[in-house]
Amino acid sequence: MDKNSNINIIKNKLAEFNLAFLDNQQNVILQIDQANLINVCKILKTDSGLDYSMLIDVCAVDYLTYGEADWITNDATKSGYSRAVKQTIIPDADETFLKRFAVFYQLLSISHNKRLTLKVFTTEINPPSVPSINKIWNSANWFEREAFDLMGIHFKGHPNLTRILTDYGFIGHPFRKDFPTNGNLEVVYDEDKEQVIYQPVSISTRPSVPKVIRDKNDRK
Amino acid sequence: MTESNLTINFGPQHPAAHGVLRLIIEMDGEVVKNLDPHIGLLHRGTEKLAEIKPYNHSIGYMDRMDYVSMMCCEHPYVLAIEKLLDITPPKRAQYIRVMFDEITRLMNHLLWLGCHGLDIGAMALFLYCFREREDLYDCYEAVSGARMHATYYRPGGVYRDLPDQMPKYQANRYISEKKVKRLNYNREGSLLDFIDDFTARFPSLVDEYETLLTDNRIWKQRTVDIGVVTPERAKDLGFTGPMLRGSGIQWDLRRKQPYEVYEELDFLIPIGLNGDCYDRYLVRVEEMRQSNNIIQQCTQWLRDNPGPVIIEDNRYASPKRSDMKHDMESLIYHFKLFTEGYSVPKGEVYSAIEHPKGEFGVFLMSDGANMPYRMKVRPPSFAHLAAIDEMSKGHMLADVVSIIGTLDIVFGEIDR
Repeated sequence: MDKNSNINIIKNKLAEFNLAFLDNQQNVILQIDQANLINVCKILKTDSGLDYSMLIDVCAVDYLTYGEADWITNDATKSGYSRAVKQTIIPDADETFLKRFAVFYQLLSISHNKRLTLKVFTTEINPPSVPSINKIWNSANWFEREAFDLMGIHFKGHPNLTRILTDYGFIGHPFRKDFPTNGNLEVVYDEDKEQVIYQPVSISTRPSVPKVIRDKNDRK
Repeated sequence: MTESNLTINFGPQHPAAHGVLRLIIEMDGEVVKNLDPHIGLLHRGTEKLAEIKPYNHSIGYMDRMDYVSMMCCEHPYVLAIEKLLDITPPKRAQYIRVMFDEITRLMNHLLWLGCHGLDIGAMALFLYCFREREDLYDCYEAVSGARMHATYYRPGGVYRDLPDQMPKYQANRYISEKKVKRLNYNREGSLLDFIDDFTARFPSLVDEYETLLTDNRIWKQRTVDIGVVTPERAKDLGFTGPMLRGSGIQWDLRRKQPYEVYEELDFLIPIGLNGDCYDRYLVRVEEMRQSNNIIQQCTQWLRDNPGPVIIEDNRYASPKRSDMKHDMESLIYHFKLFTEGYSVPKGEVYSAIEHPKGEFGVFLMSDGANMPYRMKVRPPSFAHLAAIDEMSKGHMLADVVSIIGTLDIVFGEIDR
């Protein structure tokens, strides 16, 4: 079944909600409001015409540095590249903007052999939160815990929202864009104390390859 | 006097835990009341690391996701990049990928069968399975130079064509000429000859494994009616691959959402009936036979159809070394590809393949740069392990080992 008819079916079934289909080459991505998430998911799962019986994945995204590059290539065409690499400027994390975090849900319908991606922006700040869909699809349990651990998104109504992948006693949410790739703490063996201790990292982030964004016509 | 439940710690260093799995098990006598898995002891932040390096640099990291089925982990990542770039690899490359996916499936299932057997008391099987796995590792080595972490798939094809000769054993102080001759009997020809020799004898070897297990009374006592999952629960818990098929749902991405050349190949999808450990064992054994079948079809096609194995667009694939000697454009393309890499158009894409363990997916998000903005791996074992609590409740402690075995978990992909 082609993509457009799939979109039309979803549009008919979910007429009462505010939907936005994002233009994408391969997947159907449906963006919905956070307030509608639970109701939309219930319909997506239980309606026999949709029957998205499986939740395959939950992925949280931090849009903090989206579209920012180390080298501005268009200007460099005129002026030439500088030798130094400019570190991407990361805006102040407290500067709250509502479109920072989004959660992507990958759904799969076995009976209709279709996939659907749901995209939801977190509308609450500090902590950013979305409702948990663990009651609708039980597979959300660990995927939501992972998104909480790595991105710090609170899934309201989750039965056990605890850290899952990071160390016991870890501080921070490592996959946020303002968390340094080399981390904050390192583990070393202290000979005097004769035990393993945590200390601030001794290395700093240095980009080995600068991030550049090239337009489509740049190299064609 | 009342008796209280006993809480025990299992792992993280335990041979039956299949990696660094720590379980906190609450027991009532011999019966499991509650089971809390602690994971993340192997978390390396692969997805975060992918955000600071060009697309091609992360292919090697993908091998280390599920380190017993390496090329199958590269596959969805490469497919996702191809989808965003809107390029299609040549047909020969697609056949090579399918062949190596199936070789990888055999490797994975052989390891699973051997270790699962070892966990619940079948020692000999482990040795037999590893004997066959060795030959498959030689295939990896012949084609990529590495026995495990191949980095062989590239956006737009595969790194290089299949070799015309196999690496051979050499005589030395410890291995006599006579023994070397015996070891090299199937290495005289090309890689395809070697694979054909393997696929010709492999079905009888699977028969051998089955004579040891399928009707074995002890094996059945340890697996039948252990860890039963109903089809409805399997879907709800996000099961994929043999775990889902073991519960009786006919779902295989190779057939339902075909990628590469699976549409042209002839194979069957085995399913279980009861959703217990024994059915999942039967499903996986039959999958090995079907994979063997697919490999035979692929080698036949690859013999008949020589051709390029990677696209000739120099933006995404390296130019030939011989061209670089006299052509400046090629030299520039080579330099740009290996330093900066290629920029990928904006967009989000999810691509998934039928990995030996289930649906292995990669969600890739690009903001138009030469490195991913966000990369998220969807590991099949993660969803499977999340269900271990539900599957083990009410079973004996010894059955937990059977259930860990049947889940076919590998911590490289669960912890990432």
